[in-house]
Amino acid sequence: MVQTIALAGNPNAGKTSLFNLLTGTRQYVGNWPGVTVEKKEGWVKGLSSRMLIDLPGVYSLSAQSLEEKVAISYLLQESPHVILNIVDASNLERNLYLSVQLLEMGLPSIVALNMMDVAVSRGLQIDEKKLAQKLGVPVIPMIARKGKGRQQLLEWLEKEEPTCSRLIVPYPEQVERAINELIVLLDSAKLNLKASVRWIATMWLERNETIEQVIRQNVDPSVIERMELVRQRLGDTVDHQIRNARYTWIETLLREVTTQRRTVERTWSDRIDSLILHRYLGIPIFLLFMFMIFQITFSWIGTSLSDQLDTFISGPVTDWLHNALMKMGSPDWFTQLMTDGVLAGVGAVLVFIPQIAILFLCLSFLEDSGYMARAAILMDRFMQAIGLNGKAFIPLILGFGCNVPAIMATRTLEDHKGRMVTALISPFMSCSARLSVYSLFVSSFFNRGKAEVVFLLYVTGIIMAILTAYLFKKFLKADEGMFVMELPPYRAPMIKSLFLHTWDKAKGFVRKAGTIIFGMSVLIWFLGNFSFHGVTPMNESFLATIGGLIAPLFAPMGFATWQAGVSLITGFLAKEVVVSTMSIVYGAGDTDGSLGALLQGAFTPAAALSFLFFVLLYTPCVSTVATLKRETGSWKWTLISVLYSFSLAWIISFFVYQVARWMF
Amino acid sequence: MVLSECRIGEKARVTALLLGESRRKRIMDLGLMPGTEVQVVRKAPLGDPIVVQVRGYQVSFRMSEARYIEISDL
Repeated sequence: MVQTIALAGNPNAGKTSLFNLLTGTRQYVGNWPGVTVEKKEGWVKGLSSRMLIDLPGVYSLSAQSLEEKVAISYLLQESPHVILNIVDASNLERNLYLSVQLLEMGLPSIVALNMMDVAVSRGLQIDEKKLAQKLGVPVIPMIARKGKGRQQLLEWLEKEEPTCSRLIVPYPEQVERAINELIVLLDSAKLNLKASVRWIATMWLERNETIEQVIRQNVDPSVIERMELVRQRLGDTVDHQIRNARYTWIETLLREVTTQRRTVERTWSDRIDSLILHRYLGIPIFLLFMFMIFQITFSWIGTSLSDQLDTFISGPVTDWLHNALMKMGSPDWFTQLMTDGVLAGVGAVLVFIPQIAILFLCLSFLEDSGYMARAAILMDRFMQAIGLNGKAFIPLILGFGCNVPAIMATRTLEDHKGRMVTALISPFMSCSARLSVYSLFVSSFFNRGKAEVVFLLYVTGIIMAILTAYLFKKFLKADEGMFVMELPPYRAPMIKSLFLHTWDKAKGFVRKAGTIIFGMSVLIWFLGNFSFHGVTPMNESFLATIGGLIAPLFAPMGFATWQAGVSLITGFLAKEVVVSTMSIVYGAGDTDGSLGALLQGAFTPAAALSFLFFVLLYTPCVSTVATLKRETGSWKWTLISVLYSFSLAWIISFFVYQVARWMF
Repeated sequence: MVLSECRIGEKARVTALLLGESRRKRIMDLGLMPGTEVQVVRKAPLGDPIVVQVRGYQVSFRMSEARYIEISDL
């Protein structure tokens, strides 16, 4: 029989590292609170039929944010076989608060005491045996990031009968009396829950929303009325009394099981923070980091790698494929399909992989090191001006990689309005797929100011996002969110994890090249070479007809060609497809000139610039739209987003074209 | 005195949380409640949000919340 193990713990306690260590999959690990936005599942390697479920990171079971609600209702309703509670040993006091709540619940548990190395470096010594004895469940010291402690944990997990804690936190007298009265009432109601009745009674007193719901659904109204009276008698301070009792219990426990060998007065993290969050230098350093990422991606490393790959694919690889097909005696049309269709289309996208990989590498570095949490704090004041908080900054930055995870990351935001607005403006963050279009155009039109033009596009995206947030927040019902951000200590990103993460993202890109872009390339080649009359020149083909239909729409922006029209339509499937479509429709595979040179004949510089702004802003790709629908839960807002971004793109490109025409 | 007036580096004890229910609970879950010792570690470049050391870790929140956290000298 399959046994489920639920992995629960504070944000940033190392849950994802432990999940990866146990299942062998590579979930993304960051160093800012809230990396896991959905619960993930995986089989435990080395054990048979044990399913590990990674719950979102929560500080408590209070169930206020969406993530806390996901976590608590899972624990309550699905009743996993074991709760694997991961605890950050270097931040015991706060982490144990959730542990106490979980252990009070009375379900079988194991505590994984993670980040032992950090605790030791701070001079903290923990008596694990005594801790295990006090908590009433096994405690396994670990360094999940480095794989230490895995074997011991697996041995415990393999045991058939996991231990339930008998942990009972002593509450003040009147609270205990109320709990006992509630236990009697709840026992008579016969709730079908595995959690301890004492725990349910405590949660009821705390006014826990999820427990409240469960009780209101399953308990007789007359009993609820009596339960309500018990709660009211205790007054408003009961939630404080309960929390205070838990923390007091933890303080006592820590005095018994830990010894502070030496105190580190000023940690390295503090020293770095006094620079990173410096009054005058903080913001310039932040801008410098952003600028460096651009330079590394577009000027210093990324572009030259991409150029080399381009020369390789359009030269030797194309020749080789052509000759190989000729030798095998393939028919002419098939050779053409392969070289002018598939290789031109897929190759045009593949050449941007070095740039995209480097962008992801830079973003992963910022995330793994712990800088993202600081960036959220630095940006909070600015985000406040558009009705969002600093936390919303993190999803938006992720949007530079891909809009889909960006929209999903909005779940970490506590208020509904903030979540909606952030999700709706995320598509304006210029994703790496759009980067391939920019790279293609800037290298053929703006050789002198490559990085500057791309930077301008990114900045425009950000400005549009800000203005849109400002506009949309007026139409969404407000519920003022609160900004709380934990500052995890900085840590040196592990090279291995940086590269794995980058590879994971780049892999998605390669996979898209092999599936959607491959398919589109074949389709476009056929549409471009046939019409109702059979084989025709491309400018009389189906493709020319389709593109020609929407082309007039772009006349005011200077690119009213059927080729541009078709590229934009196919770009809805994935923005990289714009590049592969152009590669095919401009015949980059069968002429001598590179695609860049061919584009110079088709666009004026002003039209090219205007086209780039259009690609930046117009309707995001189909996966983004689908994610937007799922996360906002509203067709209305999804549709508004689609129409709004298209109109905005049209207006902005129109202005860009008019201004650029006058300038160039 | 309230936490927003507390100078950087000074330690104080929380005496009351004058926030609405949901914010009060959230802050208490993080370990900050009447009786807890706190220290303002630093402020963000524009003076907001502030970074507070509590129960051995650092957490950041806005002045708009700090104004409703009453403190007294240790």
